[in-house]
Amino acid sequence: MAFAKPIATLRSATGVPVGRLAMWWLLASEIVIFGGLLMSYIMHRIGHPEWAAEAAHTNTVAGAINTVVLLSSSLSAVLAHQAAQMGNGKRAARFLWITIGGAATFLVVKSFEWTHEIHEGFVLTRSGFWSFYYCAAGLHALHVIAGSIAMGFVAVDAAKGRELQRVEYAGIYWHFVDVVWIFLFPLLYIAK
Amino acid sequence: MSNAAPTATAPHAHEPGHAPDGHSHDHHDHHAPQSFFQKYLFSTDHKMIAQQYMWTGVAMALIGGFLAYAFRMQLAFPDKWIPGYGYMSSLEYNTAVTNHGTIMIFWFAMPVLIAAFGNLLIPLMIGCDDMVFPRINRLSYQIFLLSAIILISSFFVKGGGFNGAWTAYPPLSANAEYNMAGTGSTLWVLAVALEFVAFLLGGINFITTAMSARAPGMRLWDMPLVVWMIVIASILFMASVGPLIAGAVMLLFDQNFGTFFFNPERGGDPVLWQHLFWFFGHPEVYVVLLPAMGMSGDIIAVFSRKKIFAYKTLLYTVFATGIISFFVWAHHQFIAGIDPRMANIFTVTTLIISVPIAEMCFLFIATLYGGSIRLTVPMLWALSFVAEFLLGGVTGIFLGASGADIYFHDTYFVIAHFHYTFVPIAVIGFFMGFTFWFPKMYGKMLNETLGKIHFWITILGFNMIFIPLFFTGMWGDHRRIYNYSHFPELHRVALQDLRIVATVGLLIMISAQAIFLFNVIKTFRAKQENPGPNPWHSNTLDWSAPSPPPHGNFAELPTVFRGPYEYSHPERESDFWPQNEPPPGSST
Amino acid sequence: MTSHAPAAAVDGAHAHEGEHIHPPIYYVKIWGVLLALLTVSIIGPMIGIKILTLMTAFGIAVVKAYLVCSKFMHLNIEKKFVIYFLTIALCLMAIFYFGVAPDVMKHDGANWRNVGAQAEVARGLERAKHPEEHGEHGHSEHGAKPAGEH
Repeated sequence: MAFAKPIATLRSATGVPVGRLAMWWLLASEIVIFGGLLMSYIMHRIGHPEWAAEAAHTNTVAGAINTVVLLSSSLSAVLAHQAAQMGNGKRAARFLWITIGGAATFLVVKSFEWTHEIHEGFVLTRSGFWSFYYCAAGLHALHVIAGSIAMGFVAVDAAKGRELQRVEYAGIYWHFVDVVWIFLFPLLYIAK
Repeated sequence: MSNAAPTATAPHAHEPGHAPDGHSHDHHDHHAPQSFFQKYLFSTDHKMIAQQYMWTGVAMALIGGFLAYAFRMQLAFPDKWIPGYGYMSSLEYNTAVTNHGTIMIFWFAMPVLIAAFGNLLIPLMIGCDDMVFPRINRLSYQIFLLSAIILISSFFVKGGGFNGAWTAYPPLSANAEYNMAGTGSTLWVLAVALEFVAFLLGGINFITTAMSARAPGMRLWDMPLVVWMIVIASILFMASVGPLIAGAVMLLFDQNFGTFFFNPERGGDPVLWQHLFWFFGHPEVYVVLLPAMGMSGDIIAVFSRKKIFAYKTLLYTVFATGIISFFVWAHHQFIAGIDPRMANIFTVTTLIISVPIAEMCFLFIATLYGGSIRLTVPMLWALSFVAEFLLGGVTGIFLGASGADIYFHDTYFVIAHFHYTFVPIAVIGFFMGFTFWFPKMYGKMLNETLGKIHFWITILGFNMIFIPLFFTGMWGDHRRIYNYSHFPELHRVALQDLRIVATVGLLIMISAQAIFLFNVIKTFRAKQENPGPNPWHSNTLDWSAPSPPPHGNFAELPTVFRGPYEYSHPERESDFWPQNEPPPGSST
Repeated sequence: MTSHAPAAAVDGAHAHEGEHIHPPIYYVKIWGVLLALLTVSIIGPMIGIKILTLMTAFGIAVVKAYLVCSKFMHLNIEKKFVIYFLTIALCLMAIFYFGVAPDVMKHDGANWRNVGAQAEVARGLERAKHPEEHGEHGHSEHGAKPAGEH
């Protein structure tokens, strides 16, 4: 069904394009979702000194690899945005696919990491630390999956030169996912 | 911009009585004749989505009302056969109470006040043709509908619906061994989470639309109160719901995967859930209050034919309310084991938040003062909203003081208090908005006499339910008891009589809704002349669109020249001055 | 538009309004800085000083997040009100923390004690001291039924 955008979508009294504005509000709500979970985690982590022994079993190498992967995928997302700004939809789509490849790599590393940990006996119910570990990283992984699906749609459109402004919005979302991981990494892997 | 913008003194004639959907307007070429499904289920038109939200909400309210009827009958006449329900077990009682609360707040107050009126009013009042993201809007309703279906289906799974109260405190909510409703609890949490997603999507749409799609000439301070308030309510919702979504994930894990986020025996903390819940739960009160407050403000201004008193001050008090509402949540937990020093802080903030709310009421009264008041049905609802909500607010002071709360907590006093806030918000708010914007939505006028009869009986019934409950609460009636005859100290004739009075009040209130339905159906079926775009002689832009507004709302998108409340301007002949009417000296 | 030198682009990032298309090298440089910071935060714990670990871990996380937000998300050239409401969302989390921490983070206070949590801390510390006494696999199976434990 052909869909014509209403005039409302084309107005911009704030000076920020509506799509980007909505994305910022979405991120504000995401901040409080992750914030609620991470604040709960931090409180428990400080209140439970015995979790240090549990946290020692997390795999810093896997976490570091994943950080590199996510930072690099952020780079390709911003390069996609740069290409879209230049009006080069094909190049933007290529960079978006690279970003999605980064997301896939992230998930593969994560699944190997988790398989190993579960095999070692560090399951969800082992202690509060592991519950939070799987809960927070899992919620983040869900965002990685959602973001890559969204970027897939944007990339298909961008390759045809349509809706290039969405490349930026998808990128902003992706950088947010990256920022969440930037905080999850020290919280779960480094502070032991 | 030409003078074609209608000045409602001359209700323009180009809309014949029953133009059902305004097919004559064609500046949106995608508006081809649609099949039933396209029109009613997959429409992206904000007005249709508003209707969907409204009638889904009303249908859910009927279910919630039926549950209330069932458990009130059980309380008044313990263990007797309840007409239309049967015998009620203690477990069923808990399920009924839990789902009554959940449905009335999340599936009636939220969809009707924010989603329905937000969808209907925001594009109309800021003078644009639709929401900025129509398809996200449609998705929001579809997710909402899915959540409603999941909630209803949770009644019919093995073990019955969730019964851990609408606040879902663990460990009762987290462990099927305690609440005996494994699948039901999971479905309940899932439904609530989906519903939040739906309102997040809707809220982003409302905020973005009001921020960026206003008509040319409309500044932020030219937006009508109800638009402001729905936007602020959406922001509050969005900023507060996150921790609860995180909490819902944790609760789902506790229920299904055996984690112990909220299990104190393994290092979890049940108080954490209460914090996560009420960090959302208290702003939520203001999320539903503000749209109703905004509607009553608009209606009071229209029917007093006066500028709203201190429009900007009113909005500043709303901002203050919004900010302070994030500092009061723990007053729900005074006896839950929070640190007494924190209880002191939260007592003070709670008492402070009554100041801006009281100021709003004063400003409405000041608007009335010296106005030429017209007691139409919407005005009656608006006035009763302020009066009844005031009672709810005043009794809240007792509960907000941590000392008094130790006695009142979990008694019927609390129930009476929050029903004096939520019933005005949800029920009175709905009737207020519905009767006021009915001509706009359907191009017909409701019967005033029937409306007034309905109003008075509903208000009588409502007060008859909850005034007695203040007294039983002060006497010590605990909330979550399904049969008081098991408790000798509460099983007294005087108390039981009060409980029966409350139940009779509920029966009166519910039966009064038959008058309302009769009125609506009669109006729908009657052949009636279209009252024109502006039957109430209101200033805001929604009344310059034809009734009902066609797809795309306005024949020509309006330009705004002044604020929304220019009533009884001394230099004008008519006592109102629509926002889109060009100033007398303008050349174009 | 795209031919200005990268150094000028870095300097002028917040200066130009209409024209903020940086060449790819600008973003690659920032990415390089981010990776360098990551290396520092990984090396931090190896020194073994707890305060230093926390500082490298979280201080660098904040710096990295700042870089990503301002340079990749372009918050440095975004309208101010966007930054305000994102900051407000962060502040709300601080409020949440300070409102909840006295009850949840601490295990005792004025006239109260969280007996369950204190016992769990003691148990956990004991377990950490003698890891071999509690078979890890055995414990995880046990933990799967928390309600059955007591």
